[in-house]
Parts: sequence; C-alpha cells; structure tokens
Amino acid sequence: MTAPATSPAAARPPETTTPATRPGRSRRARAENRDGWLMVSPTVIVVLVVIVIPVLWNVLLAFQKLSFLQIRKASLAGPYTLSNIERVILAPGFWQSIGTTLIYSAGSTIGSIAVGLVAALALRDAFRGRAVVRALMLLPYVAPVVAVAFVWQMMLNTQYGVVNAMGTRLLGWDQPIDFLGREPYALMTVIAFEIWRYFPFAFMFIMARLIAVPREMDEAALIDGATPLQHFRHILFPQLLSVIALLSVMRFIMTFNKFDDVYLLTGGNAGTDIAAVRVYDYLTGRFDAGGAAAQALVLSLVMAVFLVIYIKFMANRTEEV
Amino acid sequence: MSRYAVEVKTFRVLKWVTIAFFLFITVFPFYYMLMLSFTPISELLRNPWRIWPDLSTLTVDTYASVLRSRDEGGQGFAGFMRNSALVALVTVFITLLVSILGAYAVARLTFTGRRQVNALFLAVYLFPAIVLAIPLVILFSKIGLYQSLAGLMLVYVAQTVPVSIYMLRNYFETIPDSLEEAAALDGASRGQTLTKVVLPLAMPSIMSTALYVFMIAWNEFLFALLFLAAKPGLWTVSLGLSQLSNGIEVPKTILMAGSVLLTVPIIVLYGIAERALTEGLTAGADKG
Repeated sequence: MTAPATSPAAARPPETTTPATRPGRSRRARAENRDGWLMVSPTVIVVLVVIVIPVLWNVLLAFQKLSFLQIRKASLAGPYTLSNIERVILAPGFWQSIGTTLIYSAGSTIGSIAVGLVAALALRDAFRGRAVVRALMLLPYVAPVVAVAFVWQMMLNTQYGVVNAMGTRLLGWDQPIDFLGREPYALMTVIAFEIWRYFPFAFMFIMARLIAVPREMDEAALIDGATPLQHFRHILFPQLLSVIALLSVMRFIMTFNKFDDVYLLTGGNAGTDIAAVRVYDYLTGRFDAGGAAAQALVLSLVMAVFLVIYIKFMANRTEEV
Repeated sequence: MSRYAVEVKTFRVLKWVTIAFFLFITVFPFYYMLMLSFTPISELLRNPWRIWPDLSTLTVDTYASVLRSRDEGGQGFAGFMRNSALVALVTVFITLLVSILGAYAVARLTFTGRRQVNALFLAVYLFPAIVLAIPLVILFSKIGLYQSLAGLMLVYVAQTVPVSIYMLRNYFETIPDSLEEAAALDGASRGQTLTKVVLPLAMPSIMSTALYVFMIAWNEFLFALLFLAAKPGLWTVSLGLSQLSNGIEVPKTILMAGSVLLTVPIIVLYGIAERALTEGLTAGADKG
C-alpha cells in the first residue's frame, strides 16, 4: 500500500469519494488515519510545546522589555518595542562577535569534516583490530562535554599542563603559551577542540557511505592503473560528495548556535565571544531577558542568511555539473 | 620509480602513521584524565610533564573527597550521580514510549499530514537550543517546572524524540510488511501486532536508541545550567562539575576525579552497544 494510492481517500470525507462497492477499504483507511494521528500525537504535542512555540515566542520576546528577575510577569500583550534589537546591535563588540561566530563555525565545520574524511579513508580497508580502533575514535564525540572541556583545560594549563610542559622542555618554547587566555590562541584552541569533538561524527557518516561504495569500482580503477590519489579524486570523492554536503549544513547549523564548548573552555573571553555565549551573558549577567531574546533572534537570522547563500551556491554548482 | 609505485608506497606508510595519530589524539586525553584523577595535586605541580603514573604517590582521596556529601566536607557527587541517573533513565523511558509510537505510525500507517509531521521532526532537529532557552525559562517558571528535574526531563524528551523517531523508523522499514499482515490476518489488533511482532524484532534498534537518548540526557549541560544553577540539591553531574570548577580552593585533580565519574557510565554503555549505535545513527547515510 503506497501513500498516493490511499491518501486521497483519507483526506476527503469518505461518503462522497468512496465508491459503494468498496466500503471495507474506506473504513480501513479511516481507521488507519485515526490510529496514525493517535500514535504521533504525543510526539507532536511535546515538540509543539517545548520547541515550536518557544521558538515563535522568542520572536515576540525580542521586542519586549523584560528583566530576568520579572520573567513570570511576561505577557503576550506587549508593550512591544525595537529597543532590544537596537541595544543588542549597537552594543560594543556585536559585529566582532558575529565575525568570531562565523570563523568558529566555518573553521570547526570544515576542519571536522576534513579530519573525519582522512580518518575514514585510513580505516577503509579492513585490518586486524579495525573495529576497536573505530570504536575508540568515537570517544571524543560520545564523552560528556564538561569532562572533556576540563581535561583540555588541564592539558593546556600554563603552570602544570602537559602540553606546555612538553613544549618548554622538548620543543624549546621560551615560555608557556596561554592557549585559552590569549588572543588569537584562544579562538584557535576552541576551534581545535570542536574539530576534535566532532571529527568522529563526520567520520561515522563518511565511513558508512564509504563502505557502501561497490568494490567493483575499485577494481576497475586498479585495472586502469589509477594511483591512490587519482582513485580518490575520481572514484571515491564523487561518491562522498552528497554526504559531505549534508554534513556541512548540519555541522554548520549546530556549531553556529553552540554554547557549551566555548562557555566551558574560555567563558567567551580572549577573542572567543561567540553569539550564543552573548545570549547567556545578557540573560544571567545583565538580567536582560529581552536583550537575550533579541540576540538569539539576530543569531538565527544571520544563520538563516548563510544557509540560504550556501544552498543557492550548492544548487548552482550541481546545475553546472 | 613510477608515480604509481611512489604513491602506493607512500600511502601504505602514511596510513599507519595516520591511524596511530588518531588513536593517540582520541585516547590520550582520557588516559590523562584517569591518571590525574589518582594523582595528588602537589605531585602534579612538582612534575607536570610526567605522563606515566608514579605508583608510590597514587591516591584515591580525590574520589573520596568528590563523592562525600557536602555535610561531610565533600563535593556531593554521589547525589549528583543519583540526579543524573534519574533524569537520564526517565528521559529514556518517556522518549522510547513516545517515539516508538510515532516512528511506527510514520513508517507504516498512511494518515493525512504524514509528510508534514515528518518535516516537522526534521526541522526540530535543527532548531538551536540557545533560541529555546529564554522562552522555556519563562514558560516553565509560569507552569512551575522551572528549577525542577521534571522540567529538565521534558526538555530532554523534546530534544531526543526527533532523532529517536528517525533511528527507529529506519529500522521499522526494514521489517517485512508480510509479518504484520500475517498477524493481522490472524486477528491481531494494531496494538497486539506492535507489541508482539514489531517490538521484539526491533529490539536492537530500540536498545541503540535508548543508548543515544541516555547519552544526550546524561551529558547535557546548557539546560541543566539554566534551570538548576540555583538549586544545588538538584544538580546533575555535568552541572555539579562545572560549578565545582568555579569554586575556589578545589584542587584540580579532584576535578579530574569528578570528570572520570561523569565519563565512566557513558563509556561503559558505549562499550556495550557501540556497533548498534553507529549503525542506528548512520542508517540511510550509505544510500548516497
């Protein structure tokens, strides 16, 4: 039973559409329609209440004057004002923060996909212990962010961190590097952290696609005398393009709004003042709930603009090809 | 040598170098965490470059101190772990209940608006948590769920349901229709077919979905911070650990013991079901 065959019957009142000769089918279709809705309704309700309504409400809040201390008094009735948006956009460091967010998201997205691709290629051919290596490589992705952020802080500490200890002892650094407390190191470090945490995610998806590439294609390339690089460029890479494009969008959206990683590593200091951390600072630092909502709204809009550009760009490219 | 031979040889070596490098960068931080969690802070300050544990100075005081309750001068992690476990398990239970029904409906039943519902779930996956933060704090403080574990569970259910439905739906679609049709011919109701035929067959997928949900709920930080920061009695492990790091005079190696306690349950579960989890998450990705 396919969707197009049955959905018209389900969509219209059965009395008028169903021929009298097939009453059984219409009753079945109606029962199925009812059961379907009954079964998805808990999900739909949860998603509407906890996600869709709050997202829409955030738009209204961005135009209301509201202190975090009086949030219970928030009402849909207004009054509405543009002052939040104005305050947020004119605040010192706003544009710089958008720029930082972009560098952070683009760097992390591109980096994690590139590193994940290399890892997947290295693990493509089976070898003894591959399953174990594969499982271990996903550790950064599954581990709790708070725990791994603190280990990185420990490793990079200027006084007792192993990285600086090794750097000064073995690599001849004049002095320890404050990886999380100084520009421009801090931004580079949070991007590196993000790549480290999410390359396993890209690896997992690219690997799944890579394993599905038919082996006959490899053999054909081998017979034609293709070198490993040619083989990758002309055989494997085209096969992986769609999953890489999908990963790019997903990772970009996720990183653009990410809060935990930067908040835990640097607190948004030393040139890592990304937009999501600003939202939090407006809320808990200045008790400015309206400003926080406005900042969140601006963040979503900027992201939407970039997504549209990206999709347009990709659509043009596929037309050319 | 021809270009072909050079490339083949180079990549044969490079491949093993790459694998070794990846193993090192993924495993070393966890090893370092574990080692430091057994090291007294004075030892670390004296010898920061040591990467092998010194057996003569190993200690478990860090763990004792982090686990003891606040009243006994510890950091109260035993309590945080109870909170986290409760939140994660309830979230897993509710999410599975809700998403098994939803995934079955989306996979098998034809109903008006099925495509729209599907699109809604996908969209939800992409809605950023930070945009939800402020309205949810307001909404929940109006209905009494702010600063409660129940409120946190509700948010986690909403955040995990879309991916759970995606994982389960993919699996349901691989179960042959004929089995269910046979059950229906034998007079089984839709509910009976689901519980007696589909669920037992889908157990692997249900387990990997459960693991995914548990991981998200156990690891989550932002909403725990927003909802519970002012209620130390309700802190989850992630939140407790982050608050601990703000505390003055807490030795950093105690922080590492806390990190190990936060990480171990996840690694154990992941170790049990790694294969099922990756296959569940990437189902569909191999279609290109």
